[in-house]
Amino acid sequence: MSDSSQQQPGILAGLLAVTRRDLLLAWKRPGDVLNPLFFFAMVCTLFPLAVGPSPEQLTVSGPGVLWVAALLATLLSLNALFMGDHEDGSLDQLLVSPQPLPVLALGKTLSHWLISGFPLVLISPLLAMTYRMSTDVMGVLMLTLLLGTICLSLLGSIGAALTVGLHRGTALLSLLILPLAMPVLLLGANTVSLAAGNEVYATGIWALGAYVVAALSLAPFATAAALRISNE
Amino acid sequence: MTAKLTGKGLTLIRGESCLFRGLGFALNPGELLLLEGQNGSGKTSLMRAIAGMLSLETGEIYWNGVAVSRQRQEFHGALVWLAHRTGLKGDLNLVENLRFESALRPQANVDLAAVCKRLGIAKLKRLPLRSLSAGQQRRVALARMLMADVPLWLMDEPFTNLDREGRKLVMELTEEHLAKGGMCVLAAHQDVDINATIKRVAL
Repeated sequence: MSDSSQQQPGILAGLLAVTRRDLLLAWKRPGDVLNPLFFFAMVCTLFPLAVGPSPEQLTVSGPGVLWVAALLATLLSLNALFMGDHEDGSLDQLLVSPQPLPVLALGKTLSHWLISGFPLVLISPLLAMTYRMSTDVMGVLMLTLLLGTICLSLLGSIGAALTVGLHRGTALLSLLILPLAMPVLLLGANTVSLAAGNEVYATGIWALGAYVVAALSLAPFATAAALRISNE
Repeated sequence: MTAKLTGKGLTLIRGESCLFRGLGFALNPGELLLLEGQNGSGKTSLMRAIAGMLSLETGEIYWNGVAVSRQRQEFHGALVWLAHRTGLKGDLNLVENLRFESALRPQANVDLAAVCKRLGIAKLKRLPLRSLSAGQQRRVALARMLMADVPLWLMDEPFTNLDREGRKLVMELTEEHLAKGGMCVLAAHQDVDINATIKRVAL
């Protein structure tokens, strides 16, 4: 029998183990991955059909529509972040695991982003073409979405952890997250608009980057605390 | 000398009702703590409290004489919890599930093949757990417990869904674990037939 004083695996091992398991689960159930992506693509392609194909209008509304669709797609996928683990009891096992909970929570958030945030970034140029976006602006769009989806996954993990024990917590989760997610949306959409209008946009990127750093350093601890509270 | 695992003055209030008040226990290596009580009497709650997942109204759990709340990670490294829900992923197979668990713990010197053979699940290694019966899934959860190779076992109704042989096997495994100097907290409403020092807590 091993003694408890024996060397624990490093914290990176716990993070990677959780991420790997969640990616494996997503691989076995691709529907979960495709849902937010499908939603994102639907909204972005239906919008031009509804408002009409005038190029001026599409150029103006493009960044906003793409960003709102990305935000909503992320919100939709957040509910599932801890739900499956809560239902089969593996969340309880994570809570009594010898690894620090914030690290495990970060691992879950990382896999959530890789599964539902990163694919949005990858297909965004394709959808941006519908809005007659130039290649340069597409680059800015991808960069803001990259930073923005990381923020949304991190902030969302706090909300998902708080509402994990509730039935039908999706509405509450969205309400909790929206105030925190609003700056991300404003910064993201406006930065892309500025870039489209050939204006200086770097400030927005830096601000989003700062938001990522702040969320990355605070969210895992908040998520861990929230998980402990909602699993009492 | 203080016992390895002790609880002092534990009180838990759930809503309007008080599940237990001023409860205490002391557990030494090789001993079994048996939690007895009717359904809803607070066996699982006490177990969750011991695992540090539930904050108590009053009282404290001590591991090696130090409050668990002050050394949560060390304590969690020394225990494994066999909960009512298995905590295994139905979409993954046995090997994938156990590999995840073992990645979180120090490398234990336990042979997976031998454990699976003992538990009668060696042939089910490549099947997703979803397709196994409830009893077989419970055996996989037992395999996880054995693979962890830690001194303290928390077992919440370990006999659920198991056939007669399975129940006997759980008792044998527990006896062996206790004989090696391990400790066990067991909640059950059936009688257990385990040859060891048994301390009882009636809830």
